[in-house]
Amino acid sequence: MSSAALETKETVAGLGEKYKYGFVTDIEMERAPKGLSEDTVRYISAKKGEQEWMLEWRLAAFRRWLSMKEPNWARVRYPAIDYQNAYYYAAPKNTPLKQSLDEVDPKLLETYKKLGIPLHEQMALAGVAVDAVFDSVSVATTFKEKLNEAGVIFCPMSEAIRDYPELVKKYLGSVVPVTDNFFATLNSAVFSDGTFVYVPKGVRCPMELSTYFRINASETGQFERTIIVADEGSYVSYLEGCTAPKRDENQLHAAVVELVALDNAEIKYSTVQNWYPGDENGLGGIYNFVTKRGDCRGVRSKISWTQVETGSAITWKYPSCILRGDESVGEFYSIAIANNFQQADTGTKMIHLGKNTRSRIIAKGISAGKAQNTYRGLVSVYGKAENARNFTQCDSLLIGRDCGAHTVPYIESRNPSARIEHEATTSKIAEDQLFYCLQRGIAQEEAVALIVNGFCKEVLQQLPMEFAVEAQKLVGISLEGSVG
Amino acid sequence: MLDIKNLHVTVAGKEILRGLNLRVDAGQVHAIMGPNGSGKSTLSYVLAGRAGYEITEGSMTYNGENLAALPPEQRAAKGVFLAMQYPVEIPGVTTMMFLKSALNAQRRGRGESEMDAIGILKTVRKKAAALNISEDMLKRALNVGFSGGEKKRLEILQMSLFEPKLAILDETDSGLDIDALRLVAEGVNSLRAPERAMLVITHYQRLLDYIVPDRIHVLANGRIVAEGGKELALELEAKGYEQIVKDAA
Repeated sequence: MSSAALETKETVAGLGEKYKYGFVTDIEMERAPKGLSEDTVRYISAKKGEQEWMLEWRLAAFRRWLSMKEPNWARVRYPAIDYQNAYYYAAPKNTPLKQSLDEVDPKLLETYKKLGIPLHEQMALAGVAVDAVFDSVSVATTFKEKLNEAGVIFCPMSEAIRDYPELVKKYLGSVVPVTDNFFATLNSAVFSDGTFVYVPKGVRCPMELSTYFRINASETGQFERTIIVADEGSYVSYLEGCTAPKRDENQLHAAVVELVALDNAEIKYSTVQNWYPGDENGLGGIYNFVTKRGDCRGVRSKISWTQVETGSAITWKYPSCILRGDESVGEFYSIAIANNFQQADTGTKMIHLGKNTRSRIIAKGISAGKAQNTYRGLVSVYGKAENARNFTQCDSLLIGRDCGAHTVPYIESRNPSARIEHEATTSKIAEDQLFYCLQRGIAQEEAVALIVNGFCKEVLQQLPMEFAVEAQKLVGISLEGSVG
Repeated sequence: MLDIKNLHVTVAGKEILRGLNLRVDAGQVHAIMGPNGSGKSTLSYVLAGRAGYEITEGSMTYNGENLAALPPEQRAAKGVFLAMQYPVEIPGVTTMMFLKSALNAQRRGRGESEMDAIGILKTVRKKAAALNISEDMLKRALNVGFSGGEKKRLEILQMSLFEPKLAILDETDSGLDIDALRLVAEGVNSLRAPERAMLVITHYQRLLDYIVPDRIHVLANGRIVAEGGKELALELEAKGYEQIVKDAA
């Protein structure tokens, strides 16, 4: 290998070392007893002050989970998880729901500041409503009043279960059924918080909604549940960001996200996932086993997923769209970066049920170090989906020679009028590209960032403006492209 | 400005330059001519600092500094520019964005403040117009889908934008038709200046009709085997490389 390529490898390896969210907040925690049993489920439900129906729902999920097996079809390798050797509930002591930010423990606010999320500032400047989930509970929701005026519900899931039980009953498990898969079922039993969003008919949500997820406690899993419902003719854009401290152990994150878009409604869901990826030897890191699915239930509805996945030791995640309504549209834009010993198996499912449904998939995978990066995607056209259209583009970029990129597309069509296109490329950061940049005065690290930035451009452009900066930094990029 | 003494360079274990001597002063334009495989491109790459080109003996002094000790991006900041024979494509990065990144990286490298986006845009537009480079080209991804002529014109635009002290043009004439050649040569000639040295590397005499050098060096088997004024190019054209190399031996 040429020395330039070698240096590139080191530069990229260096990015992984500089995980700046690896600190731990010293805060008194309240936890459920270790292990997982019906008692754990009851403990969580009681902590949340839930009604009987919710507890029964959880217990049914738990009983089901006991009979299920962990999936093993993904291209990821990890030692067996001991589900009894973890905590399923951890919360900062004395911080139940707050009415205003002033009541939140200053240590927590300090943590969010370190994460680059100045809640106050965002309230004032960005016009972004933020819900912050710290380990298992939601600690602060900003901008509630303004949203209330518009009739938008944006609150922690536990609050929604208490205050809007009919809405929750109607939509909880309606997109990702309790029995869907091992991790989703586990989540159904033990989820402790998350975010609930309801946008009423005809309302365009007046601001970007955002949730920051933070795992702080050790040996603790995080199981949040998010539901977003966009009623007829409404629009909402939502972004989640995730970080966790550096720890030598692996921690499990098994979230479930359910989106429902009714007639003519649109949901834009963006993720910047930067869970701790483990160190350069592959020690520690988050297992990110997440089920995300959107149901385009109404005619001409639209759901768009955008994800920037840079963190986690293992990512197992397939944000999907069920295109049920006629003329509904599903989109998936993804950047997945895997470095060192990270493993990513991610992609999407586009299920075309309605007539004239369209889907678009743009996936960019970047592999470095000894990482393995797999795109796995399903495009399925059912018999009644006349004139369904899909376009898929999967591009892989390799840095160094010890990493791998894999593309596993599944295509099923039961309607002869369907048109499905799939394009895939694999490329390397070429030595001549790097040399060209260096010769023009651009140093190695910036050159790599520039090239990777160019590679990811189509996806980065999909992110809400307010969050583009964060994502670009994350990718190791300075995007000063305003002159372009 | 540039003083190369007894330079030996190996690439992948094979010696390509074998005791090359060359001196270029500020304000001068020198041409390096030579047959294929004589080491012309190796010379340009080793001056620019490309990885994999190992100096085993000899020295390269640039404005009194040991050039070999500087990483390539610092050489660029200090005014070494190489117009490449095969400019590379960088998908997704607009030409304008690239020019801005490079110019500011060089300025930072010299301890100067960065130029703002508007200032760069204005400067680039002005210089681009002179080279018949359209606004649209500046918005397209760097070199992606550019014709051979467009790529070479963009190299000259960069030379004009970065205002280097030592400009090396590696086979800039290759792949150009006569109109493009003239345009590129005009661009180069307009950059001739008392404080700037240029090294024009070419296989054919043709380019030297348009860019008239102060001195010509003939490179063969990794060494300079003949030197002379601009008339040497005509002699080469008449006799061919083989005869000149023989005469020199």
